[in-house]
Amino acid sequence: MENHNINLTLNIWRQENPSTEGRFEEFKVSTSPDASILEMLDELNNTLEAKGERPIAFESDCREGICGTCGVVVNGHPHGPLPKTATCQLHMRTFKDGENLYIEPFRAKAYNIIKDLIVDRSPLDKIIQSGGFISVNTGSAPDANIHPISKETATIAIEAAECIGCGACVAACKNASAMLFVGAKVSQFAVLPQGQPERYDRVQAMVNTMDEMGFGSCTNTYACEAECPKGVSVTNIARMNRDFLKAKITSHALHF
Amino acid sequence: MIKLDAKIPEGHISEKWTNHKFNMKLVNPSNKRKYDVIVVGTGLAGASAAATLAELGYKVKAFTFHDSPRRAHSIAAQGGINASKNYQNDGDSDFRLYYDTIKGGDFRSREANTYRLAEVSANIIDQAVAQGVPFAREYGGTLANRSFGGAQVSRTFYARGETGQQLLLGAYSALSRQIGLKNVEMYTRREMLDVVIVDGQAKGIIVRNLLTGEIERYSAQAVILATGGYARVFYLSTNAMNSNATAVWRAHKKGAAFANPCFTQIHPTCLPIHGELQSKRVLMSESLRNDGRIWVSKNKADKRSAADIPEEERDYYLERKYPSFGNLAPRDISSRSAKEVCDEGRGVNGKDAVYLDFSEAINRLGENVIRERYGNLFDMYQNITGENPYKVPMQIYPAPHYVMGGLWVDYNLMSNIPGLFVLGEANFSDHGANRLGASALMQGLADGYFVIPYTIGNYFGGQKPEKVSTDNTAFAEAEKTVRDSIQKLISINGKQTVDSIHKRLGQIMWDKVGMARNEKGLKEAISEITSLREEFWKDVKVVGQDKELNQTLERAGRVADFLELGELMAVDALNRNESCGAHFREEYQTKEGEALRNDEEYAYVSAWEFKKVGEWELNKEPLVFEYVKLATRSYK
Ligand SMILES: Cc1cc2nc3c(=O)[nH]c(=O)nc-3n(C[C@H](O)[C@H](O)[C@H](O)COP(=O)(O)OP(=O)(O)OC[C@H]3O[C@@H](n4cnc5c(N)ncnc54)[C@H](O)[C@@H]3O)c2cc1C
Ligand code: FES
Repeated sequence: MENHNINLTLNIWRQENPSTEGRFEEFKVSTSPDASILEMLDELNNTLEAKGERPIAFESDCREGICGTCGVVVNGHPHGPLPKTATCQLHMRTFKDGENLYIEPFRAKAYNIIKDLIVDRSPLDKIIQSGGFISVNTGSAPDANIHPISKETATIAIEAAECIGCGACVAACKNASAMLFVGAKVSQFAVLPQGQPERYDRVQAMVNTMDEMGFGSCTNTYACEAECPKGVSVTNIARMNRDFLKAKITSHALHF
Repeated sequence: MIKLDAKIPEGHISEKWTNHKFNMKLVNPSNKRKYDVIVVGTGLAGASAAATLAELGYKVKAFTFHDSPRRAHSIAAQGGINASKNYQNDGDSDFRLYYDTIKGGDFRSREANTYRLAEVSANIIDQAVAQGVPFAREYGGTLANRSFGGAQVSRTFYARGETGQQLLLGAYSALSRQIGLKNVEMYTRREMLDVVIVDGQAKGIIVRNLLTGEIERYSAQAVILATGGYARVFYLSTNAMNSNATAVWRAHKKGAAFANPCFTQIHPTCLPIHGELQSKRVLMSESLRNDGRIWVSKNKADKRSAADIPEEERDYYLERKYPSFGNLAPRDISSRSAKEVCDEGRGVNGKDAVYLDFSEAINRLGENVIRERYGNLFDMYQNITGENPYKVPMQIYPAPHYVMGGLWVDYNLMSNIPGLFVLGEANFSDHGANRLGASALMQGLADGYFVIPYTIGNYFGGQKPEKVSTDNTAFAEAEKTVRDSIQKLISINGKQTVDSIHKRLGQIMWDKVGMARNEKGLKEAISEITSLREEFWKDVKVVGQDKELNQTLERAGRVADFLELGELMAVDALNRNESCGAHFREEYQTKEGEALRNDEEYAYVSAWEFKKVGEWELNKEPLVFEYVKLATRSYK
């Protein structure tokens, strides 16, 4: 917890709204190494506002790496250069005095830029709405201990379920594919006994919606796993592909 | 005066809810789709309510200011969720969970609500597991439990350190299913700025579309607020950056009583403040107190590093003051003790921080055992502070965390405005003056999955509320108020930024309406907040326009509300001439420095009625305890 400020040159993407052209704007800042990159931006915004200038629009909420609201690309990496770290957990001590940072929004065909660093990730919600659930009405659940679930299975399920829905995997992928996001949700339910009745319908519905939303296909470069702030594993994609294939072969009808 | 009728059902405490469910009016299945329900907020309480009401057949419109209902402050909860399943066969029961909650709340909550909470808690776990929520398991495949502060049984269910995330994603998946089925119309990036009341009943809301700045009207036969807590009135808190009081505050100004606003929980194990730029406080799980020893130097302004302070010059103050509970003393007590030693100037380096030291545990158990138990927390600590807690002691300091206060509701979770229901942290109902760990998630989901689906039917079946068109003059008036206040904020064009004023408010709240309060400080707080509020309305600077995405404008509206709510918190704290739970008035303590409750005069819920800005009338709901004996908490 030291206190020597570092000086940085920031190149930040500015874009008024979805229909205007964007550009990089340069800012010089001096900031505390103990601040997070978002706190550094807060401070910059405070200075801009005091001067009557438009602050940089960016999103965040929990600032603990769990809600998935934040997310910008720093020097080419979604969520910045550190592995398994969301933007909000990226501290300025990661950078060297005098460094140049390029900060821009998550880019993908399926995401529209709303303003500056804010993008529209709602297509991910659409995929969940098409099948990312177990259909069980409130009140109709049996006792929670009715299905014993081995520790191994429970571990696969929770590691898949840890996805925070930030959408960095899409921004990391040269095809802007959402396979890691979808694979994680499909896997969580595919390994659990509760998820079996809808297993094959679910995977088809979600994959079809993913295609409709304009996400690309997967060509196994695994940039998604490398940039995922939770380290969600690409084995989830393999599991989804197996289930999808099986669903097609046994030609499960869609009835969502 | 407001008429406060808690509508507690007749019968033995264990039969009240069953009796009530039987006596309630029902809406037949084909009539349910004639009822529109607005749900504001899609955290645990709102998402579970919206999904369940849609499953029942009501037409639901759900609103959140987030970009997706998968976000919400609820997602950050780490520790777990309580339920009286008694899977561990260790003597848990509905009655015991109810008793622990009442006692933990220092006898300032309503018995009947608290019992019902315990009663439905087991169903929550069943529901979550059926949705695929991956709770921790034992080797045999059954669900695992752990224990939490304030309880002698193991009743906390958890999913790693991410229980809130997993439960919220469960509720979100149920809600998403209903959105996909078109039973719920989901409105994201919308901020509710007013409730609309027609002939005394809640009939709709006014919202701002955060993308375009358009003001929109929505009507329904009932409005549910599940908009979370207001700890961000302190500026620095463990709450998410966007958590705010606007929805409940605007409802309060429309006539909804605000209950126990001063009951705020300050969590002992949070990371200290690193500097000026700090935007929020980070919670470290309380479980760390099982193996960490808390200490400070015996000397003032001791600048030596921890390693250089010899054993005999260290003060393990919790172990010294509370020998039987030691480092595991309850939240309010350990928070207050940390403040005391730092106020004496004995904090780390003379600052507001105390040590949480694992060296003894590491020597005794080995680094591996500690890594197994707390590895992810230690990593998180190192990520944030840049220091290695295996080598140097952690530093912690308390932070505002949760609010027990909120809008007043009756047993049906309805406010004093008919048709306006309040769920989750936004209401006041179950936790009294102090909430037990792992009970907020339980309450949010109890309200949403298992209480409101019944009680809203009773309201519809009994009152048969009419539909109202958004052309009604009440909508036009509410919309005008909202537009005027936005215009005013934009047009002031002063010199101070919104954040700088919010920070100053936070400092007043923290210093004078925080962990320990006294009459003098509270009076000063009231006058300082009043003048800060005037300054805000004269000199705030809101850059940009209203008809666009404008985050400064969003924050300005929220801070304007905090500047009124902060004052009410001080007013309430000043009125309550006793210490109870998290509310510690320095004038009311025992010789040993413990909280001194005054049951004769203050065994009531204070429900404040808004008169005009800075002026309220106090209404009291007496608290009657039939099934527990009022006792003094002791953790010595
Ligand atoms: C760090 C941390 C850890 C915690 N750990 C635990 C734990 O282990 N166990 C436990 O039981 N509790 C825990 N808690 C407490 C618990 O997380 C919260 O009390 C609970 O999640 C609140 O849920 P909610 O649904 O009432 O509100 P929230 O989750 O805050 O949701 C509020 C919703 O309302 C919306 N909203 C608010 N205002 C408006 C408006 N004006 N217009 C439109 N939408 C609006 C928001 O967008 C959001 O969707 C923890 C809290 C913190 C801060
Ligand atoms: S703000 Fe929540 S993950 Fe970064």
